[in-house]
Amino acid sequence: MSSAPLLSLSDLAVSFRTEQGVLQAVDGVSFELRPGEVLAVVGESGCGKSVTAMTLMGLTRFPNTRFDGTAHYKGLELIGATEEELQRVRGAEIAMIFQDPMTSLNPVMRVGDQIAEQIQAHESLPDAETRERVIELLERVGIPRARDRVDSYPFEFSGGMRQRVMIALALSCSPSVLIADEPTTALDVTIQAQILQQIRALRDETGAAVILVTHDLGVVADIADRIAVMYAGRIVEQGTLDQIFYDPQHPYTWGLLGSIARVDRERPERLPAIAGLPPSLTDRPEGCHFRARCPHEFAECTRVPPLEARAGVADHLDRCWLPAEQKRERREVRPGEIGLESKPGAAAA
Amino acid sequence: MSTDARLDAAPDRADGTAPLVEAEHLKVFFPIKQGLLIDREVARVHAVNDVTLAIEEGDTLGLVGESGCGKTTLSRTIMRLIEPTDGSIRFRGEDITAAGRKRLELLRREMQMVFQDPFASLNPRKRVGQILAMPLRLHGTPREDVGPKVGDLLGRVGLHPEHVNRYPHEFSGGQRQRIGVARALALEPRLIVLDEPVSALDVSVQAQIINLLDDLQDDMRLTYLFVAHDLSVVRHVSDRIAVMYLGKLMEVSPAKELYTKPLHPYTAALLSAIPIPDPEENRRRERIVVSGEPPNPIDPPSGCVFHPRCPRATDICRRVEPPLARYAGGHLAACHHPISVSGEEVAATTRDPSSPLSAGEELPAAATSDAST
Repeated sequence: MSSAPLLSLSDLAVSFRTEQGVLQAVDGVSFELRPGEVLAVVGESGCGKSVTAMTLMGLTRFPNTRFDGTAHYKGLELIGATEEELQRVRGAEIAMIFQDPMTSLNPVMRVGDQIAEQIQAHESLPDAETRERVIELLERVGIPRARDRVDSYPFEFSGGMRQRVMIALALSCSPSVLIADEPTTALDVTIQAQILQQIRALRDETGAAVILVTHDLGVVADIADRIAVMYAGRIVEQGTLDQIFYDPQHPYTWGLLGSIARVDRERPERLPAIAGLPPSLTDRPEGCHFRARCPHEFAECTRVPPLEARAGVADHLDRCWLPAEQKRERREVRPGEIGLESKPGAAAA
Repeated sequence: MSTDARLDAAPDRADGTAPLVEAEHLKVFFPIKQGLLIDREVARVHAVNDVTLAIEEGDTLGLVGESGCGKTTLSRTIMRLIEPTDGSIRFRGEDITAAGRKRLELLRREMQMVFQDPFASLNPRKRVGQILAMPLRLHGTPREDVGPKVGDLLGRVGLHPEHVNRYPHEFSGGQRQRIGVARALALEPRLIVLDEPVSALDVSVQAQIINLLDDLQDDMRLTYLFVAHDLSVVRHVSDRIAVMYLGKLMEVSPAKELYTKPLHPYTAALLSAIPIPDPEENRRRERIVVSGEPPNPIDPPSGCVFHPRCPRATDICRRVEPPLARYAGGHLAACHHPISVSGEEVAATTRDPSSPLSAGEELPAAATSDAST
């Protein structure tokens, strides 16, 4: 992993002016993405993971949005780019798969035409050749009888099939970055396994980099190379797959890992849960945003901990003031069994 | 035959009491109609196709399967929200298949439901207090008792009594699901059908709701029918688990055994498809990825409904529908070529009376299963 980064974010911040005040959705997010790498962005709903992904595609440009920081893709500054510049990148170089395959396709347009439209928007290709390429793409993502199905409408497909069409759409111009926002959340596990295999195959064949936004740590363990854990707009921990699963530093990461029900383990008496709720994004507490729910809170936590390499490894960053040796003492190291005791007095969710 | 079937559909019991809920050879077919003036039935969706199961008082039965397998239809039919095409439903031993409106009104006090989407299942224009008071008032709780009762319900599900005047939109997803649970508890039911109660929630909140359901079950001796597609969540709540596919039961097992010793290739495929949140474990594990998608329930495959996707399917699977074979410990599986069992175990199986009526007599043959062990 020594190649130059494809995409690099530096202190990206996105806020929205609302009637309730300024909603700070993303607050100082920095990461780099290299070719062939799968970066998983994980966190609870409302932590800013989708806003980060959509901002890279220029999909959060509203009159009430304010951007700070930068996001460079191959020399293009995405945040300040004009619509024309973005249009060239969007779909062709950076493609996105959305969560809900039911609503992200045009219901009154044949699926083949939807894919063809995207190809012809970026390349001047005759209709007949485009059609062949569309059929090829549909076959590649595992749609049986693609030649017949190319003229079907989205409603004639099942959820899994629609998500395959979305993937075919995303692959149509061989992008070098694929952003997948909860690509399997709406699907059954057997179909999820097939889709993940698809994404993996794409990465292996084309060397594309993938940003996978998800809340499912099982999916992450299956496919990611690196993980960024987000909480209330900030990355609270960032590291390789094994660092996050086997040496998690931030108490929020412990809580996330601990609260997953696992099929491969005896069931515990009680499932460890993180007590309380994430803070409102219009009114976030001073200092560490997690401290209200954290059983390990102490005086230092009223100051914002910077994202630094605190675990003793250069590429493993976290935002928690506790000394690393104390963190290792206070958590149990086995993933899925890392407990986070409830904080007394924390409100139920 | 019917009494025998009833006793045998349940796990080995010593006393003679009936299970709380029983479904016997339940079928639900939805007609597909066509025609301008006269609706002609042109086909039928086989949503639930001859299912027999029982839930013991105080137990949790997990009902799992992929979308479209009929698990929601089955649970709603047991609640008498959908009319069965054939078969019978019993509640505390009483046949309620044809119960009339009056009788149902009383029964509904004892059977309640929690829905999947906490955003869609609460009326956005009603305050929490009104939402919770409605079932109480409808069932004749004296006016002066309603208020204290509502406060008590909120407390039970971990909400503050001062939340009574808030609207649903003022709550988070997890809190809304707590309101849904409180509403189901209002009439002190015996049975609660939980239809994907945590699928719409974040993992950390899922754990909170599961723990709440667990506590309530202990306190109030509730019986749960827990419908879900997520086998890892089901493991944490169930005593027994039934796996459904295309309207039929594939496997019914004590909760623990389903995970350590799945008998049906479909169950094994489902388990293997779940990614484990542990990278090393994931790398080590051999995954069976079943290809394709469930077939159309309008025209289910012949023989074993899983055979077109099954890696172990042979000729007999295409011809003969497998009966539910009963293995040691009350573990049932409808498969001609079960996995993870020895020849002796297979030889000792009997045909369970809860098998579909259309199933063949052929029990799994010991010889064919040896290959797997």
